[in-house]
Amino acid sequence: MRKFVLNYLIPRILQYFLVIFLGVTITFIIPRLSPVDPVEAQINRVMMSGSQVSPDAVISLREALTEMYGLEGSPLQQYFAFWGRLLRGDLGPSLATFPTPVTTLLARAMPWTFGLLMTSILISWIVGNILGALASYYEKNIPIQIVDVLSQAVRPIPYYIMALLLLVFFAYYWPIFPFSGAYPPGTQPNWSLSFALTVIRHSTLPLLSLVLIGVGGWFIGMKSLTSNIISEDYVVYAENAGLRKNRILSQYIMRNAMLPQITGLALQIGLIFSGALIMEVVFGYPGMGTLTFQAVMANDYSLIMGITLLSIIGVATMVLILDFIYPLFDPRVRHQ
Amino acid sequence: MLTVTRDLLKYDGRFRVAFVFLVIIVIMALLTVVSPYDPKKTFMVPQDLPPSLEHPFGTNSRGQDLFWWMAFAVRNSLMLGIICAIVSRIIAIFVGMVAGYRGGVIDRILMSINDSFVVLPVLPILILLSFLLRGKMSLWMLGVLLGLFGWPWDGRLIRSQVLSLKERAFTRTAVYSGTTPLLITMREHLPFVLPVVFATTINNLLWSIGMEVTLSVLGLSDVTLPTIGTAIYRANQHQALVAGVWWWLGAPILIAVLLFLGLYLLFSSVNEFIDPRTRLRRIGA
Repeated sequence: MRKFVLNYLIPRILQYFLVIFLGVTITFIIPRLSPVDPVEAQINRVMMSGSQVSPDAVISLREALTEMYGLEGSPLQQYFAFWGRLLRGDLGPSLATFPTPVTTLLARAMPWTFGLLMTSILISWIVGNILGALASYYEKNIPIQIVDVLSQAVRPIPYYIMALLLLVFFAYYWPIFPFSGAYPPGTQPNWSLSFALTVIRHSTLPLLSLVLIGVGGWFIGMKSLTSNIISEDYVVYAENAGLRKNRILSQYIMRNAMLPQITGLALQIGLIFSGALIMEVVFGYPGMGTLTFQAVMANDYSLIMGITLLSIIGVATMVLILDFIYPLFDPRVRHQ
Repeated sequence: MLTVTRDLLKYDGRFRVAFVFLVIIVIMALLTVVSPYDPKKTFMVPQDLPPSLEHPFGTNSRGQDLFWWMAFAVRNSLMLGIICAIVSRIIAIFVGMVAGYRGGVIDRILMSINDSFVVLPVLPILILLSFLLRGKMSLWMLGVLLGLFGWPWDGRLIRSQVLSLKERAFTRTAVYSGTTPLLITMREHLPFVLPVVFATTINNLLWSIGMEVTLSVLGLSDVTLPTIGTAIYRANQHQALVAGVWWWLGAPILIAVLLFLGLYLLFSSVNEFIDPRTRLRRIGA
């Protein structure tokens, strides 16, 4: 147990903090390297809007903005202040919907993205792995070969284009799914069954686009992993012992091939998350992606900053949780 | 190289498809040299014409011939991918080879940085960056930036290759005969690593060109420059679907599917070719 904690858990936790440290530092440095001064840009925007602003008001506005962007003091002081605000959970007010705090907007959008992302990752991971294992175990099966070709053809298509294609086909030419949103405009989110059903109906297309692209990767990974395991001695032994084929596949082959796939999941989460963000924009799904899009359109700097920071922490935490779950599947890690 | 291409064309169906798709793409990119229209100029041809013999992809609401405009878009997207590939390759080879060859503390430090970059969600960071540089982000800059984020997967792969090369006899011979570490990695190890680097470069192209599409769709890249992403952005801006000008959106999607599928099939075919066991099985030896 001691060894497990020292050799497995502690390095993972250190890695977690390193990711967050690097991410936050990059997010801190980027705006300061940019040639655009966010304070001046903001003031210009206010002045351009044509309203009469007295010089005194501009000075106080400049002071307020400088404080809000955390541009006071030396770079080192700014850096520590940046961390201080982040640790207190204070991401400042949103500029476009002043004075709503950024955290409120994020809290509203988070559950949508989280729910959709989790569901799609689970479905595509499970389906991809089962199909991949079947594909290499029953190599000559025609339907499985067709799935193989299809999933390979769909996999490289960028999320945005995939989402657009699904939207055009299933909401425009053959309107069986709603065009956008997660629920009809005007309804209030609540916990009733009918509302849950509308949400499911609205989420089908976004989910489908994530799953379709996701399945291919797990499928191919699992197929090549299983094809290596199939020729192992213990599989041949199990076959000669007359075990049922399904039992060999699930207990002897898939169980062993699954482990690298779990590690793969940890490596892919950042990419899948990015894909989900852009997919939301196409479907107008009320999560973090749409929030990002609105923030970009409204020039809401503090909101974009908040989204970036939350994404880094969120993705890193998901990876850490996966690392914690991993020993449950791999007894070798537990008992080393 | 030529014999390799010939072998692959002969034995691998995926490679044949990829070859045809990519040849179409490259020819389009090369055609820009003889383009009759300047992509910056608008209202050179009648607006909103559906695809015809004269205008293979139709024309858009800005009076541009979509075929020629897409030719420039393909060229620029490929350029971006190549810039990103060069930058990320340099970092990945450096990190991978140093970490693999030196091992120990250096390896552990480099690999934890490497793993952190793998986990970081690149898109939000790039959105923040492009947002601040809006209007000032050139194709070159975007390429370099993507390169700075696109190396960690390859870094790890190269490291694992070097780790096994380090244990081979020829490395020991080189060390005992007094070859410097720099020469060993550059002259002895690099040639073994390069095939892997080539295969992952294709993957890197897919990633960076896809990223550009994503950023452009949000209007965060230089939208005056034709790329696959800005083509979609322009079409959305003019509500091409609502106006019934479906070919405006159809052209970039068609090109993107050809390009991405071509690159991906090339990647999986080359990847298998590099592994001699699967190559022999395929040829039937």
